[in-house]
Amino acid sequence: MIDVKDVYFTYPNGVEALRGVSLQITDGEFVAIMGQNGAGKTTLVKHFNGLLKPTRGRVLVDDVDTRHVSVATLARKVGFVFQNPDHQLFSETVEDEISFALKNFGFDEKTIKERVNWALNILDLTRYRGTSPFMLSGGERKRVALASVLAWDPKILILDEPTIGQDRNQKERLRQFILQMNHQGKTVVIVTHDIEFVAECEPRVVLMANGKIVADGAARNVLTDPDLIAKSWLILPEITNVLLNLKDIGFPANVMDVYEARDLIIERIGWARK
Amino acid sequence: MAIIEARNLTYTYPYAESPAFKNVTLKIERGEFILLTGPSGCGKTTLCRCFNGLIPHFYGGKLEGEITVAGLRTTEHPIHEIAHHVGLVFQNPENQLFALTIEKDVAFGLENLGLPRDEMRRRVDWALKVTGIYDLKDRAPYEVSGGQQQRVAIASVLAMQPEVIVLDEPTSFLDPLSAKNILEVINRLNKELGITVVLVEHRLDLAAKYANRVIVMNDGQIILDGEPRKVFLENEAALIGVGIPKVIRLYMLLKRSGLNISGVPLSPEELSKSIMEALIFDRC
Repeated sequence: MIDVKDVYFTYPNGVEALRGVSLQITDGEFVAIMGQNGAGKTTLVKHFNGLLKPTRGRVLVDDVDTRHVSVATLARKVGFVFQNPDHQLFSETVEDEISFALKNFGFDEKTIKERVNWALNILDLTRYRGTSPFMLSGGERKRVALASVLAWDPKILILDEPTIGQDRNQKERLRQFILQMNHQGKTVVIVTHDIEFVAECEPRVVLMANGKIVADGAARNVLTDPDLIAKSWLILPEITNVLLNLKDIGFPANVMDVYEARDLIIERIGWARK
Repeated sequence: MAIIEARNLTYTYPYAESPAFKNVTLKIERGEFILLTGPSGCGKTTLCRCFNGLIPHFYGGKLEGEITVAGLRTTEHPIHEIAHHVGLVFQNPENQLFALTIEKDVAFGLENLGLPRDEMRRRVDWALKVTGIYDLKDRAPYEVSGGQQQRVAIASVLAMQPEVIVLDEPTSFLDPLSAKNILEVINRLNKELGITVVLVEHRLDLAAKYANRVIVMNDGQIILDGEPRKVFLENEAALIGVGIPKVIRLYMLLKRSGLNISGVPLSPEELSKSIMEALIFDRC
């Protein structure tokens, strides 16, 4: 479990990025942390693996205070995939990149091979095994970064803006993949402002603005609340927006799904025809 | 005359086994707003690198066929000369920011053009304001968030007032509202100043309504090219990997369910309006 207790964080340049954040994420949860650029989302999740330590307050990961353990120790449990893959890629080939951490964690050769193959396969990277990560496109590098973290099978997975640079198919793969990881009992935390992606995943949504949590609840409730969305400088899901414009003629304001919207509209037609 | 014209263009990166794109023939007229899209790795970023001469001058490799931009054959003119005409905003802003303050970063390209000081001042301020980062001008680019960095990158290209701006997923690091604002800025540059825009974007839901033309690439080739409403409507299968905006998907589902609904929508407002009309019409 991740337990954030009244955390404040100020960067050395004086920017106060977190201003009293309390949050509990229990094992096996799927949480999306959302909010505008600069809201404090990345700063918050960097506390989950000890990359940042609170200026005030405490963060406990499975009851261990992150101030008292190294990032290397926490990393075994908390895998962090950065927003910008270039911040974590450095090896000459994709295969080396993915096996690097496994070697450091002391896995045997056979396990490393299996894990690397598994990670390459699940992220559709097998054909790039011997390619330099820097020859790949932005979206592909992003998947290499994800593969390198997945390979060591951390219990908690933190993905900072995982959908950036991903096309429709890859997003769908990513969604399936996250749901599968989550189903297998992993805690998954994504930081994102990809409203449509979150609308399709329907996780618990923690909404941040100005270093504070402004809402916490089911995606369907948080993302379809026009006041909350405006306050966090986001925009409503497209489908919500379509039906919200028709609220005056009796359509519900909390629909995010295309098929649900279709059914409601068609039902309405049937009702009108009677 | 077309501002960008490519004929049978094929490009292979150094040491690559196969071309990144092959036989691309394309004409972009002055003042167009092009939305260039396609699955990751389809060759769209590589194609953009040809528009300002980064290919072949910087990347090397093998470029076959012909490409002219603003009347210049890019193979025969150096990058700095092409840069007067074409500005490129990269996917990752960190690749183009380097100065100690945001203001200096935005002014850098202009200093190289040798503009008078007043004109430089005016353009830098304008670019900082339209991208909404004027208040950050004295901060260092590496200090600000990813989204703010992207605005700096856009501002430094805008300040050059090029004839063509090529933006490679400029909103990918931005939250939706900032993305919308940036796209509106780009749209104004296009509609008011007549700057030709080539926008590489996965977020078709946000970008489609600004473009007069959508070009879809797949596996190194242009597979679709046309007016957005038409392209989205007629090519559902080919667009699965690209992602049809949800308003269009809902529109198609409603049509298929027998609802008589007019116009292909490019925004939620357009679809709400058509649904309302269809409901009223249906009742009569």
